[in-house]
Amino acid sequence: MSFLIDVNNKQINAQKGEMLLEVLKRNGIKVPTLCYIKDKFPSGACRMCVVENLKTGKLITACSSPVEEGMNVLTHSPRVVESRKTIVELLLSNHPDDCLYCVRNKNCELQSLSEELQVRERKIRGKKNGYYMDHSGASIVRDPDKCILCGRCVRICDEVMGVSAIDFINRGSKSIIGTTFNAGLNTSSCVNCGQCILVCPTGALSEKSHFVGVIDALNNPIKTVVVQYAPAISVSLAEEFNMPAGKDINGIMNAALRKIGFDKVFDTTFSADLTIMEEASELIYRIQNSGTLPMITSCCPGWIKFAEEFYPEFIPNLSSCKSPQQMLGAVIKSYWSEKSGIKPENIYSVSIMPCTAKKFEAQREEMTREGISDVDAVLTTRELGQLIRMYGVDMNQIEPETADSPHGFRSSAGKLFGASGGVMEAAIRTAYNMITGDELIQFQIPAIRGLNGRKEIKINVNGIELGIAVVNGLANARLLLEEIKNGKNDVHFIEVMACPGGCINGGGQHIGADENSIKARMLSLYDIDERETLKVSHKNPEIIALYKEFLEKPLGHLSHELLHTHYVKRDVLK
Amino acid sequence: MNTQVQEVFEKYPQASRDNLIPILQDIQEKEGFISQESIIEIGRFLNLATSKIFGVATFYNQFRFQPVGKYHVQVCRGTACHVLGSATVLEELEKTIKTKAGQTSKDGMFSIEVVACIGACGLAPVICVNGNFHAKVSKESIRKIIENYRNQQ
Repeated sequence: MSFLIDVNNKQINAQKGEMLLEVLKRNGIKVPTLCYIKDKFPSGACRMCVVENLKTGKLITACSSPVEEGMNVLTHSPRVVESRKTIVELLLSNHPDDCLYCVRNKNCELQSLSEELQVRERKIRGKKNGYYMDHSGASIVRDPDKCILCGRCVRICDEVMGVSAIDFINRGSKSIIGTTFNAGLNTSSCVNCGQCILVCPTGALSEKSHFVGVIDALNNPIKTVVVQYAPAISVSLAEEFNMPAGKDINGIMNAALRKIGFDKVFDTTFSADLTIMEEASELIYRIQNSGTLPMITSCCPGWIKFAEEFYPEFIPNLSSCKSPQQMLGAVIKSYWSEKSGIKPENIYSVSIMPCTAKKFEAQREEMTREGISDVDAVLTTRELGQLIRMYGVDMNQIEPETADSPHGFRSSAGKLFGASGGVMEAAIRTAYNMITGDELIQFQIPAIRGLNGRKEIKINVNGIELGIAVVNGLANARLLLEEIKNGKNDVHFIEVMACPGGCINGGGQHIGADENSIKARMLSLYDIDERETLKVSHKNPEIIALYKEFLEKPLGHLSHELLHTHYVKRDVLK
Repeated sequence: MNTQVQEVFEKYPQASRDNLIPILQDIQEKEGFISQESIIEIGRFLNLATSKIFGVATFYNQFRFQPVGKYHVQVCRGTACHVLGSATVLEELEKTIKTKAGQTSKDGMFSIEVVACIGACGLAPVICVNGNFHAKVSKESIRKIIENYRNQQ
């Protein structure tokens, strides 16, 4: 049912059941919010979105007030603006005020609100909190002094990720957000996904920077610095430079990385192809030899830690394949090191990831051989943006270049890894070929594409019916695993991505992206797959050469040593 | 698992998260405080994240996370006591035994609890040590009171 409501003395159309905030947004009226998360139940905690209800004379929160027939509100009356301003002034009263030194300078909601509401003096002077920062996690740094207690991180961690590593502690002016016993992220069940960083309005949550190590290596003449970037980076980096969301700037990025001084520019998508060779072989092996099924993908380090903590009984189901980042890391410090005559200890291997959990993954004990890490530093998309700006590379003025051989050539199947369902689609393309010797006629599998949290299909390969499930957002993974524990037995292969939508929406991505930007990144990956001709991993000539010259065959002896790993049950505060 | 905690759980055969606060209260009743182990056990019992349990438990003043000291000092912060200076008394007490409200001194001798009103407003500001009331305490007298208890051991 639709009806008219009065907003700022004009009539606009509203649907019954809608929240006022949504109606205002649709009509081009921007009401500021802090605790609001789109499509989630409103909490109404921050009061930023108050509007004046002329019927009752009260201020009501637009996010949590359903529209009513005959409603009459003012969204920017002097009283409303004054109230919002006071809220910001109160939030600033105990804020550290160190914007110039803050990781979120120029990209901070508190800063923007203060500017929009013309806060020009400190009216309310509160006692500063002086909390300790939490540097204990491998991927995420927390600075409770900058926290404004909006609670978005708590809700994302609980409702979307099903992890609940953090919650409010204490009450009133002593409230903080922290882990169990406030003991630090490293003792908690945090899976390092970084979704909390994406929703944090201030600098209270940020990634652990690997900047210094990378710059030191770039300036160290002994080190050969190689870089790899994940499939999702080329379609996400544009937004860091105010270019349209989803624009594929792979070539420009290659050129920029060389300008910064990286000696070799490799593409993680190459090793995504390699992952597919190993993973598809592993799936077939498990099916033919009554191995543990369903097999579950292992590309996502957030998911892996989640499984190790909450579902250790599923560890045998996890594919033993390392993630593409770690596969390429291992290949660089073995095959490429041999081939180029550079000792592994003189190679500094950097990866650019849309992900904060990759920082944790690179530091896992299993990802080191003879005391040398396969990957030395992991930068997020955001950190790459900073690095490019710091080195003064003008992204609008450089010519595209191609990545380096031998680990820079890729199929479009590998590129799909960036979006939920992509690993599965690429794996099916190759598994089909491995089983039947033929190629699929229709490569695209629309049923497992898109941003839905859970996608399931059945496919038939040579008379074998395979049940396929794709989940993203760990809360969805939890639901699926519980169903399997309760007897669901029609799935054989599961892809899990921790972040909603997959790596295109990873915790290391540009902050401030909305759903349309995420969609644009996804469509850009699909477009690459549509346009390019090399659509399957097993036909990548550099992959074929790598097996021929070095690895011999998927699941072979060297593969096991370099490309496969194992997992451990983790005892954390959960 | 601790048998006292086990006994508490047995009282709640169909427990859900709604029972969290009563369970916390029962455990504190039995053990005198809420230990980290108890929080982890409650998490398993109710299938609830420990961060949430810790969050709820720290929200309420009534829950303690350390065992009480040999002398448990309750400081009344009700209206009458407040008007007559209980804030200063509390501050002095925290200084004297080098312990914050809600905590227990390192030597295990003293613990402080802030209570809303003991119902002895005529004696304000009032404190209660192991059930013994001390009336009209001041910044000066609180030190002597504590000193006496310390010497009693």
